Order: sequence, then C-alpha cells, then structure tokens
Amino acid sequence: MIGLQHYMVVSAILFVMGVLGIFINRKNVIIILMAIELILLSVNINLVAFSAFLGDLVGQVFSMFVLTVAAGEAAIGLAILVIYFRGRGTIAVDDVNRMKG
Amino acid sequence: MIDSASLLAVLPELILTAGGLILMLIAAYGGDATARIVNWLAVLTLAAAGLALSCSLAHGPDAFDGLVRADAFSVFAKALIYGAAAAAILLAPRYFSVGGVPRPEYPVLILFSSIGMGMMVSAGDLLTLYVGLEMQSLAAYVLASFMRQDERSSEAGLKYFVLGSLASGILLYGSALLYGFTGSTGFDGIAVALSEGVSKGELFGLVFVLAGLAFKISAVPFHMWTPDVYEGAPTPVTTFFASAPKVAAIGLTVRVAIEALGPAGLQWQQVVIFVALASILFGAVAAIGQTNIKRLMAYSSINNVGFALIGLATGTPAGAAATMSYMAIYVVMTIGGFACILQMRDAEGRPVETIASLAGLSRSRKGLAAALAIFMFSMAGIPPLFGFWAKFLVFDAAVAAGLTALAAFGIAMSVIGAFYYLKIIKTIYFDEPAAPYEARGGAVENVILTACAAVIVFGYFLNPLLDRASAAAAASLF
Repeated sequence: MIGLQHYMVVSAILFVMGVLGIFINRKNVIIILMAIELILLSVNINLVAFSAFLGDLVGQVFSMFVLTVAAGEAAIGLAILVIYFRGRGTIAVDDVNRMKG
Repeated sequence: MIDSASLLAVLPELILTAGGLILMLIAAYGGDATARIVNWLAVLTLAAAGLALSCSLAHGPDAFDGLVRADAFSVFAKALIYGAAAAAILLAPRYFSVGGVPRPEYPVLILFSSIGMGMMVSAGDLLTLYVGLEMQSLAAYVLASFMRQDERSSEAGLKYFVLGSLASGILLYGSALLYGFTGSTGFDGIAVALSEGVSKGELFGLVFVLAGLAFKISAVPFHMWTPDVYEGAPTPVTTFFASAPKVAAIGLTVRVAIEALGPAGLQWQQVVIFVALASILFGAVAAIGQTNIKRLMAYSSINNVGFALIGLATGTPAGAAATMSYMAIYVVMTIGGFACILQMRDAEGRPVETIASLAGLSRSRKGLAAALAIFMFSMAGIPPLFGFWAKFLVFDAAVAAGLTALAAFGIAMSVIGAFYYLKIIKTIYFDEPAAPYEARGGAVENVILTACAAVIVFGYFLNPLLDRASAAAAASLF
C-alpha cells in the first residue's frame, strides 16, 4: 500500500535534486531553469498528496496556481536568458561573473 | 462568494490593476514617445490607490473569506509602498534618458509590482501570500534587467531570477508542509493547529517558510544575491528594490510570524534572533571594503534589515510597531540616499558609481554634499536625526521584552556600521577634490532630495503621528 510518506519521500528527493541542480551545476543556465521547475513540481506532488489524504480540495487548487505561476516564471526566465545571451554570447554558469561575488 | 464589501476592501489593488493595464496599452500603441505621460499617469494611479486605502480600511478587516486582510497593518505598509514606488518612478526619467530614451514600460512594471506588494502585506492565506509574492518578484526580475544592452543589468536580472525562484520554491515547499500538517492554508487555521503543539512536520514547514522569506528581505544567510543585483540593476531600479519590496517583504514576514506562526513563537524567535544578529554583523563588516556606492548601499540594506528584525524577534505588539516604524524611517533615508546617488554624474551626464569620485564634493556641490551627509549620519543612527529614533525604538522594544543581550549587541554593531558611513562623509568633506560632477541636478531629484532631508532632520515632529499609526498597525495583528 502506498501511503502519504511515500509521496513525501519522492517529493523531498525531487526537491533536493532541484536545489543541488542549482548549486552544483557548472554547465549552463538552462539546466538551472529545469532545476527550478523540478522544485516547483516536487511541491505540487506534496500539495496533491496532502490534499488527497486530508480530503480537502484546497491543496489541489493551490497546485493549479503553482502550475500557472511556474509557466509565467519560466517565460520570464527564458526572456532574461535571451537578452543575456545576446549581450554575452554564452550561457555557461562560470561566465556569469561580470560582478564579483 | 464575492460581495461588494470584499471588492471595496481591495479597491487600491483594483485601481492599480486597471491603471496598470490601461497604461500598458497606451505604452504598447504609443511607443517610447508616451514615456513622459505614462510616468505621470502611473504616479497619479499610485496616488489614487493611496487615497483608496481609507475605503479599504472601512470595509475590512476580512475580505474574500479571510483570503485578504484589509486592516490597519496592511494600510500602513501599503502607504509606505505606494510612496516609495512613486518616488522610484519620478527619479527614473533623468537616468534613462542619458543612454537612450526613457521607456514607458518602466512605470507600468512598477505598478504591477506594487499590486503584488499590496497583496503580500494584506495576505491572510498561504495562497494569497504566494501569488502576491510572485507578482512582485516577476515584475522585479524584468526591472533588474531593464537596460537590455547593458551586460551588468542582464546579469543582475539573471542572478536575481535564479535565486529569487529558488527562494519562492523553498517558501512554497514550506507552505505545502504547513498545509499538510495543519490541514489549512489560512493563517487563522494554521495558528489554531499550531496552538495544540508543534509537530516535527510543522517545524520543518515553519523553517522553510522563514528561509524563503529571509531570501526576499535579503537577510543573512540568504543575502548573497543582494550586492550583485543592487550593483548591476539600473540605479532607479535599485532605489525601488531597496525601498518598496523591502517594506512589503518585512511586512509579510511580520504578519506570517505573528498571525500564522504566533503560537509557535518559541520556535521562530530563535531563528529570527539568529538572522537579525547575523545580518547586522555581516552587513556592518562586509560594507567596509566596498568601493562601489550601490554595493555599499546593498550591505547597508542587509544591515538595516537586521535592525528591523530585532523588533520582530521580541514577538510583542511594541516590537512589531517598532519594526514598522523602522521601515518607515528606513524608506525615507534610502530614497533620499539614492536621490543623491542618482545625481552622481560626470560632466557629460554619465552616471558614476565609485565612492572615490565623491571626494571634495563639499566644494563643488555644497547642497548635495550636505544632503548626503545628513542621510549617512542618519543611517549611522546619530541623534538628533530621525535614523536614531528608528534604532532607539527597536532597542527599546527589545529591552522591554527582556532581550537585553540582543539590544546590547545591536548597539555595539551599529558603532561598527557607523564607520563606513562616516568614511563617506570624510571622503566628501576632507579628501582632495576628484573630477567634479555635473553642475546641477534635475528638478524632480532635488525636490525629492529636499523632502527626504527635511523629514530626516525635523522627523521628531512626526513622532506622535508615526507612533500612533504603527501602534494601530501592530495592534491589528494581535
């Protein structure tokens, strides 16, 4: 029987993968965008699982909002990436260093 | 059920939404030529939304079944937010007209961001909180990379986007946990569930939510994006980032901590105390070696957020009131400071950002030098300027709540912080003159500068008003 814990474990694993994808990744920024999506989807798994086990619809409504906002966020992220690429001709993470820090 | 009382309670947001959409259409059809008129119309829209706040207060406090709160707290925060947003719009045209033409999208984006900030401070539910936060952030990412042709600006936008999205993800993960373990997304429901004891799952949720919020207020240990974004973003945008979103994020943090997580006070108090101490210490120490004035202001804002959080750490109504008063005074100081920084232009009118270029300013531009000195002395917390009163209020609240050690540490650190503020004043008044700036500043800049300086110098006359407003705001949370 698959219980609430299983969903939470999957979600936690996806979340950690997403966070590591942002910090360990040294290749390119597209992968960071994918990692951000992964984080949001892990949250959605959590929300839907809680909603089903609590017998409460709010969690599913919440996950719909998250999906919508994630779409807008991805669009803006890619737009910023495009102007960044136009200026610099690269999207390698190691090159994002025009300012120290 | 949508009833008219709920709609009237969110009237400021409705005005901003309608105004923003109409102005966007004007900008889309009219092109860059409309920048000037759109700028002024955006300021008018903000003023109208500010007037509508009284209507919102009359129909509060609960709207849309508790999803939105239109109470004294949200009105106090929104008044600050709208004022700061209007100042950020007014300060912009001169800056953008140097490298090209001012574009009408800038005021429109600030309006959209203001809607999000208004939702943040009047959120009564995790869902409203998230949507408001994202509305504010999405507009802010675009604003940070507004100078498309400038490499630093697009890099700032990219960094802000990646780290901001990560923060939203962390906050959202915490919200999901809180929802799952308390069975509610409403702040009231969460508070009820937490008052029966805090489980492990709820504790995790609480920590994740606070971590996400700490990102948004740029508190240590989640501050790393701040210096880069403040340096890379166009200066009017930095003015905006340092003022309005700061108030919104601090307001949101105070509301979440007290309304939703209030019964878990013992748990979050330790987190907030640590974050406050770390921010004060790091902001003061890391600012010392900076050579870029915008980067210095970024560390200064980290430092100031730490002081504001001392008020929240007490968990008392007096502490919450002190935090909001601190933010009110901080916003005036910051906008004034940036109005000075915006006037740092070389003889051809190009912006200059190094602290070294300020040398000998007292000889070429007496008024500007005096204004900058006033803001720096005020940020350093030197009486009789208003910045001293802000710090006094939070320390007073901390001592009254028994957090004497925290207050003592804060006072000691504000001495370290004073060092780099005083260093700027020394550069202005005692160093050998560098190449002089443009002979005179813009009219709008000077008006805002003078107004902020007057508030900082004669602020004590405003004290009864500020005290009453912030006390009413804090009382509506408890």
